[in-house]
Amino acid sequence: MSVHRYPQPSGRSRRLWRFHGGVHLPDRKALSNTRPPLRAELPGRLILPLQQHIGEAAEPLVKAGDRVLKGQLIGRPRSYVSAALHAPTSGRVTAIEDHPVPHPSGLSAPCILIEPDGEERWAELPEPMPDFGTRDPAEIRERIRWAGIVGLGGAAFPASVKLNPGRPIHTLILNGAECEPYITCDDLLMRGRPEAILEGIPILLHLTGAERCLIGIEDNKPEAIRALYEAARGDERIEVVRIPTLYPSGGEKQLIYVLTGKEVPSNGLPADIGMVCHNVGTAAAIADAVLRGRPLISRLVTVTGGGVAQPGNFEALIGTPVADLIRQAGGYTGRGDRLVLGGPMMGFALSDDGIPLHKAGNCLLLPTPEEAPDPGSALACIRCGRCAEACPVNLLPQQLYWFARAKDLDRVQDFNLFDCIECACCAQVCPSHIPLVQYYRYAKTEIWERERERRQAEHARRRHEARQARLERLERERQARLRKKKAALAKPPAKGDDPRKAAIEAAKRRAAEKRAALAAQGKTPRNTENLTPAQRRQVEAAEARRAAAAGSDTQE
Amino acid sequence: MQFKTPAPPHTRLDNDVTRVMAEVLIALVPGIAAMTWYFGWGVPITLLLAITTAVATEALALWLRGRPPKATLMDLSALVTATLFTLTVPPTLPWWLSVLGMVFAIGVVKQLFGGLGYNPFNPAMAAYVFLLISYPVSLTAWPPIQELAPHPLHLMDYLGVIFGGHPPGGLTWDAVTMATPLGEMRTQLGMDHMISEIRQSPLWGDYGGRGWEWIANWYLLGGLWLLFRKAISWRIPASMLGGLLVMAGLFWMMDPESHPFPAFHLFSGGAMLGAFFIATDPVTAATTPKGQLIYGLLIGVLVFVIRTWGGYPDAVAFSVLLMNMAAPTIDQYTRPRVFGTHAREAGHED
Ligand code: SF4
Ligand code: SF4
Repeated sequence: MSVHRYPQPSGRSRRLWRFHGGVHLPDRKALSNTRPPLRAELPGRLILPLQQHIGEAAEPLVKAGDRVLKGQLIGRPRSYVSAALHAPTSGRVTAIEDHPVPHPSGLSAPCILIEPDGEERWAELPEPMPDFGTRDPAEIRERIRWAGIVGLGGAAFPASVKLNPGRPIHTLILNGAECEPYITCDDLLMRGRPEAILEGIPILLHLTGAERCLIGIEDNKPEAIRALYEAARGDERIEVVRIPTLYPSGGEKQLIYVLTGKEVPSNGLPADIGMVCHNVGTAAAIADAVLRGRPLISRLVTVTGGGVAQPGNFEALIGTPVADLIRQAGGYTGRGDRLVLGGPMMGFALSDDGIPLHKAGNCLLLPTPEEAPDPGSALACIRCGRCAEACPVNLLPQQLYWFARAKDLDRVQDFNLFDCIECACCAQVCPSHIPLVQYYRYAKTEIWERERERRQAEHARRRHEARQARLERLERERQARLRKKKAALAKPPAKGDDPRKAAIEAAKRRAAEKRAALAAQGKTPRNTENLTPAQRRQVEAAEARRAAAAGSDTQE
Repeated sequence: MQFKTPAPPHTRLDNDVTRVMAEVLIALVPGIAAMTWYFGWGVPITLLLAITTAVATEALALWLRGRPPKATLMDLSALVTATLFTLTVPPTLPWWLSVLGMVFAIGVVKQLFGGLGYNPFNPAMAAYVFLLISYPVSLTAWPPIQELAPHPLHLMDYLGVIFGGHPPGGLTWDAVTMATPLGEMRTQLGMDHMISEIRQSPLWGDYGGRGWEWIANWYLLGGLWLLFRKAISWRIPASMLGGLLVMAGLFWMMDPESHPFPAFHLFSGGAMLGAFFIATDPVTAATTPKGQLIYGLLIGVLVFVIRTWGGYPDAVAFSVLLMNMAAPTIDQYTRPRVFGTHAREAGHED
């Protein structure tokens, strides 16, 4: 890790920092970025998963048979960390049922199915807020929350939550690095609509209280750098920074380090060091929501690889079936043998093209066997240490692998498993072709599972104790009644004795009741209490990263 | 449409084990050629024997363990072991010792521990030490380099020595073997001779043992190529040679008449081969960056200590094996600082 100077669009050079490791990859972006994005056709049906984001699924507000208008709210956030869902076009809700969703394990989840009527009739939209600068940030956040905006770089974390860091923020980082090979949707957005991104920046600055905004873009996108640089001229709060092309510069923590030399603490968030990071696409979506009252109903998506006839980018409605997009990209060439959602490094392979595009879906990649050869079965680890040299987090991937394989869940955490960003640099350089990331995901899942079980067991124990206490109290009361009765039957009470006893008895009883009540409230189990908020966030974030699919470089 | 769902990354991978091993073998070619040049046919004969036995043993062991032999045999690691072994033993080694050595290296040290990647000890070095302890005479009987030999060994002579077990044409063993430069240095110093006297011996070249210094140069060349190809990291070779150099330099400066010039240590025995090809064996070395520096340094120091005060003239094998044992512990205490832990101000080197 070191500091160096790097030439900038202004003609001067700037200090940048270099993180440990990383890999140089053939970027293959020219395959899809030579023509402007096309508007995707209206598909025959739209499939809208209720959960397309980190956090809780949305709660459906429509039922089968309902007519919906374009932009109409059809799912509302169930809790703070959740996201709203809107009808991407007008039409009829045909069903709310389980359907395969974008997920590494190919699972099915509740979706709202809409049959478009082709009329594209808009619902009534909320009023634009051109005067956002004088409004209360909470009001603007509410708008962003209403619009259902999540991180569009791949992680799909609800944007309104991220914009409420609860800590002083001095720097806003916009992520335009797009460091994964093949993906060009951010590139084309920056080139084609730089003003939309720049409209978002003042809003984000206002919301976070940050004084400045750094936009990091890898230098393999000279047009995008130029476009944003020109557009941002005159606003001295904004600096467009050209950074070296090195995967994974677009990882949130990596980008922050490259631009500022500051390390986001392990288990921590950028806000811990006074920063907030958003993807450029998210900034544009926020501008749409705040300045034009538009919800998030479409996104740019790259469809690319030797497996499609005419690779390119599409402005597609959320919920469009993947097969429709591929057909519009000229269809299958027959040479692709896998379908990846996301980039080649962090994306995951889909087993079926019937799943819909979701909010975090930045890329559909169909590499040919030449582009992504089958590595064959993995050999044993020869402990060559190349993985450790490539790891941007400075982990020891071979040790993580060793302990994950041995199911040594404690040791694997000792070796900072939860700092792993699943960037796959290690697997990329491993001469034994070990699918390392898969082992890490597996270990993480096992650990969450174990935690969950522990919590449940703890919960059950508390419940049992509370019940036990209640039964004991009832028994004591019964005994007491019995005694009283007996005493009453036997002889008149001796004066001065009984009241005191009764008072002690009553006090004891009250104390026991109090204890039981506390236990019955089931005060959250001890081991969640022990988790720091940061840890909990981390667990959530990591869970989400995986659930959120399309994992791309830009982990928002 | 249905698709297969392999694990990420969905790219062409940069490396494979076969390539890593092939690079090591290519880098060894100059060294093998130099050894053959200076010692003659014994080297290729032993090499062939060792390779054949190594591959056969590996195939047999895999078959016994019920593993598909093809993928593992294709990784070329058995060839690397056989080559390193050959370059370490005298070219006159009787055939059955080569066979025994390889069976031990592959069958016991490697496969018994679970195969490549699981062996705690470098198989070639373990086999060498095993033979050295069991058959010290055969393992220390080196012929002189051809140009110094009163009776240079030709192809038939070598075949006779290796397979027949007797020196050619009624010669005694003493007539065909000679002390190695390192051995000579030991013996002479043991007799309290001065370095300046010892240097008169024809065994001396310009800075190391005659012939040996050139073999070492070719190893160095191969090693530099590996560095250039990024097949190995610089840390272990640099720290090992550095450790040896510093130790040798210190003692030489204190008493140049009873401690040889440092270059002698680097260029006379197995130091170069050890630094670039043996200590760097990924499976058995330390893996953390700092750990590799410590690991290499200690090997270098140990080589000097054993050569100077130990019971054997050369010490690379012993030092490497000793440090193999220490490698896991070294790794344990040299874990790199994970990004974001004890975050420091930027710009500091880690
Ligand atoms: S790169 Fe692969 S073979 Fe090398 S140490 Fe890492 S996991 Fe093992
Ligand atoms: S996937 Fe995890 S262990 Fe592997 S290089 Fe990336 S951060 Fe390091």
